[in-house]
Amino acid sequence: MKTLIKLFFSFFKIGIFTFGGGYAMLPLLKAEVVEKQKWLSEEELLDYFSIGQCTPGIIAVNVATFSGYKLKGTIGAIFATLGIICPSIIIICLIASVLNFYVGNQTVEHALAGIRIGVCALISALVLDMAKKIYKQSQYKKLHFAIFCFSICMLLFTDISAVLTVVAASVAGFIPKLIKRSTK
Amino acid sequence: MIYLLLFFEFFKIGLFAVGGGAATIPFLFDLSEKYHWFSFEELTNMIAVAESTPGPIGVNMATFAGFQTAGIFGAIIATLGLVTPSLIIIIMVAKLLKCYAQNPNVQIVLGAIRPAVLALILFALMQIAKISLNTSLSIGVFFMLTILMLKYKKHPILYIVLSALIGVILKL
Repeated sequence: MKTLIKLFFSFFKIGIFTFGGGYAMLPLLKAEVVEKQKWLSEEELLDYFSIGQCTPGIIAVNVATFSGYKLKGTIGAIFATLGIICPSIIIICLIASVLNFYVGNQTVEHALAGIRIGVCALISALVLDMAKKIYKQSQYKKLHFAIFCFSICMLLFTDISAVLTVVAASVAGFIPKLIKRSTK
Repeated sequence: MIYLLLFFEFFKIGLFAVGGGAATIPFLFDLSEKYHWFSFEELTNMIAVAESTPGPIGVNMATFAGFQTAGIFGAIIATLGLVTPSLIIIIMVAKLLKCYAQNPNVQIVLGAIRPAVLALILFALMQIAKISLNTSLSIGVFFMLTILMLKYKKHPILYIVLSALIGVILKL
């Protein structure tokens, strides 16, 4: 029970401080779930994130469900998911009643502009950090680096979807195995 | 009755919206056309609020739309409808993953996906940066914050509060 309550409040906290989509949540998840509580390893978090991206539903919710399940099974999944949605329900219901005050308010706008920059910086720091770790642990460094370069080029210059990017990468992962087999 | 309909409609959105919260927006336009629970104009307001309040955008949209339609109870029902498919699907996937985590082919796939997801995150960052880093002041603040974060690994919440304060003080 104690773990369940902890799960709920950890994700509640993440829900309160996530501004934007699932990507903005990633630095918070890493700090809270990986570094502070040590519920998941960094690779597990990234794996859940990749799967959450390709399965239906909101990425943030998918990752919460996944983490909760890993820790405490189905009931854990439910607690983590409730934790991540509760702040939204509370905050949106409050704001919906004072909408006009919130939308046009100058101070709110300035604070949000600041937060957007902060989120950019958080994600940059995270990408640098994760890139280093992924590279260090990769068993096929050249191939994985090529996958990264190819993916970012495709994303930049074509309309390829996130799902297709991930599917293409997983197929490319088998290249070393195929080469080995054909040279045998 | 309205609650049942709300739950069912948002369950459908949760089931078919693949990708981030922005993927729910076209579905909400359909809802607006089909049921007249809220107007297009209200929907535009909702998007603005969902993006600028804490919480995942998709969840915020569902909560807001539910609230507009049927008050606080509607907000709760719509949000639960949205997350129920995630719960079911992810629990199934997690069960499968548990069984096959040590399988060498699964390891190959996961290893290959990681750099691709890194590319996805970098791409998302570029999209956000395009809108957020539009003045030399904001670019300066961005670099300062990034260096600070790389040097001092404090909790992100602290940095989010700090950047909100910087925004207010510098009138960004």
